[in-house]
Amino acid sequence: MIDLSLIWVAIIGLGVLVYVVLDGFDLGIGILFPFVKDQQERDVMMNTVAPVWDGNETWMVLGGAGLFAAFPMVYSAVLSALYLPIILMVIALIFRGVAFEFRFKANRTKHLWDKAFIGGSILSSFLQGVILGAYIQGIKIIDGRYAGGGLDWLTPFSLFTGVGVVVGYAALGCGWLILKTESQLQQQLYQLMPKLVVALLVIFAGVSIYTPLAHPVIAERWFSLPQLFYFSPVPILVLLLSFLVIRACKQRHEFAPLMYMFGLVFLAYTGFLISLFPYIIPPSVTIWDAAAPYQSQLFSLIGALILIPIIITYTAMSYWVFRDKVKVGDGYH
Amino acid sequence: MNLGLTALELARIQFAFTVSFHIIFPAISIGLASFLAVLEWKWLRTQNPIYQDLFKFWIKIFALSFGMGVVSGVVMSYQFGTNWSEFSYFAGSITGPLLSYEVLSAFFLEAGFLGIMLFGWGRVSPRMHFFATLMVAIGTCISMFWILSSNSWMQTPQGFSIENGIIVPHDWFAIVFNPSFPYRLAHMGIAAFLVAALLVTGTAAWHLLKGRRDELVKKSFSMGLWLILILAPLQVFIGDAHGLNTLKHQPAKVAAMEGHWETNHEEGMPLYLFGLPDMQEERTKYAIAIPNLGSLILTHSMDGTVTGLKDFAPEDRPNSTIVFWSFRIMVGLGMLMLLMAFASVWLRKTGKLYEQKWFHGFALIMTPSGFIALLAGWFTTEVGRQPWIVYGIMRTKDALSPVSAEQVGLTLIIFVVVYCIVFGVGIYYMLKLMHKGPKFIHSQASEIGGVGHFKTPMRPLSAINESLDEQDKGASS
Repeated sequence: MIDLSLIWVAIIGLGVLVYVVLDGFDLGIGILFPFVKDQQERDVMMNTVAPVWDGNETWMVLGGAGLFAAFPMVYSAVLSALYLPIILMVIALIFRGVAFEFRFKANRTKHLWDKAFIGGSILSSFLQGVILGAYIQGIKIIDGRYAGGGLDWLTPFSLFTGVGVVVGYAALGCGWLILKTESQLQQQLYQLMPKLVVALLVIFAGVSIYTPLAHPVIAERWFSLPQLFYFSPVPILVLLLSFLVIRACKQRHEFAPLMYMFGLVFLAYTGFLISLFPYIIPPSVTIWDAAAPYQSQLFSLIGALILIPIIITYTAMSYWVFRDKVKVGDGYH
Repeated sequence: MNLGLTALELARIQFAFTVSFHIIFPAISIGLASFLAVLEWKWLRTQNPIYQDLFKFWIKIFALSFGMGVVSGVVMSYQFGTNWSEFSYFAGSITGPLLSYEVLSAFFLEAGFLGIMLFGWGRVSPRMHFFATLMVAIGTCISMFWILSSNSWMQTPQGFSIENGIIVPHDWFAIVFNPSFPYRLAHMGIAAFLVAALLVTGTAAWHLLKGRRDELVKKSFSMGLWLILILAPLQVFIGDAHGLNTLKHQPAKVAAMEGHWETNHEEGMPLYLFGLPDMQEERTKYAIAIPNLGSLILTHSMDGTVTGLKDFAPEDRPNSTIVFWSFRIMVGLGMLMLLMAFASVWLRKTGKLYEQKWFHGFALIMTPSGFIALLAGWFTTEVGRQPWIVYGIMRTKDALSPVSAEQVGLTLIIFVVVYCIVFGVGIYYMLKLMHKGPKFIHSQASEIGGVGHFKTPMRPLSAINESLDEQDKGASS
């Protein structure tokens, strides 16, 4: 029999990566909103993601549904362990999404929807980071079920990763806006980007120091030979890419900052996967411990294999059609 | 913030609240999508521009409710894990795949035909556009198919075994097409069509009351009433068949719906028109009954035997007080729909359909009756399934996540506040659009929209141009 669990891990893993990259920059735009006061420039910022933001969120719903179908144990244990941050995150996303739509239709109440958009974007990003941190630090599972307390997720580490994701998304958003905007707004973003990257490096450093100290297993994986030899390029690449982002901003490249940011996210994500594999809930549950029955994984895989390529094609088309810069006065009101 | 309730009670209230809010929007989408397909088909057949103008009006309401439905549905896809982790752990191998099919079909729909339907006017041939509308109508029904299959499996589970404390599926055909599924699907489908038909009729009635008498309003009113005339009686037959199916598979639910405590052997079972089932005293107080009618409806014979609630152990009984009344609200509203439909036939014959103010008032009041009946029906079937979450297999109290009442209470309060703001504004916007009413357009002008444009099917609300609030005085747009 083919190992369907691995196929499903690949699908869900890809879904999460695509989600982080795509929704990362559009949540980032909400996070950057307070830095830009001009209403017209705010319109431009929002218009740069208007055609795609809803599709970006698709990947999160898909990831949730895929997890439920292929690894119901993970879905039930992780979601109940992280009860408050997950529910609050979903509510913040709804709030932000609806604010996005109604802002376009509003006149007198536009400033209220602005605030809802900013609050929703920051809160959902922060909570995604908290969820990430709580997940990395480990979830206590006994007999396939969550066995910890209701606030185990709330630690200095998870708050730290929460801030990290907010800064990371802001940097992604900044890279995206540099690509899609021009003139004064673009210049302002060129100034902002290096600061965000430096903040991000500080957070990366914090996570990299804390994680191996707190988790001997991860330390062993990273620092024993010969793994050290293979993995040592990761931190070096992170520094290199950060330098490249900053240099690209200095030289006023339009496309490069975003691409290097994608590289950074990809590296961080790879590091995350290396630390985790083969566990799907650290520190004790492996992918195969958590797998749904073969019949369930197979049944849902048929649908996923037919429809996911269509969704990918559609997403790619959206970005292609929408490849031009957005100017003041573009879009609809 | 436990509000004096247990985590179980709070989690049930939270699910009931979020799902009740959610279901309003898919019900409109399912019903209106088919109505839009009918409008477009009539337009293609007759070339009468009235139908196209109506299409362009109702597609705005459709886009809004589709958008709201997607947004409120996101919550549902996470709630099984956050609030009902023991259920997800135990039955996720079946519920998970069924729900993932729903998600995939919904996205497929958004990715493809919705774009042509919303933004394809003038850019594809009218036939192609009609085809897209038809596919969207079918697509909303496919979404409903998977959700109702999942729900029906929880009502009448089959096709699985239990190994190592979790459910293992064996026969997907038996799982998807479980015994109560065809009835529930048909009942819900017609209910969604009725929701839309009543919405169309009610909106037209509002404009008739305000004095509009043009073809757009008259056509809407007439079409909505014809639909109700067909759908309401059909729903009575389907509901009856669904009831008989429930009697076969979930007799305790039917006994609770009827406030029927003692199994009748010698004489026929009465039908209570009114009463107050008391779970402690095990009887239905203040009952007003019609003799033998209960037997006649449920067994189609004058003195057929129907098992009473007392034949089930107290811990296996659903709350009769709630389902007795939710069932009667549903049936009562169904009867009013029938009355309205028959009255419309009589008014048509006498030529006063567009002139009788009392009837327009009646139609206006009936606008939300589709939603209320739909929700009352869902309360009947869901509360009637209790104390089970998977009927006869897993009890609701064993399905809860290991979360505290404080946390569930807190999120419940936040849900109530956020939903009231967010969907309150959505419903206000919908009412505003309906208040504005259909307009004569008669043009083929196309708008730029579709994949990658500002107006895109991934954001159905972008299909609507009307603003949410008024301009400031003196402000320029």
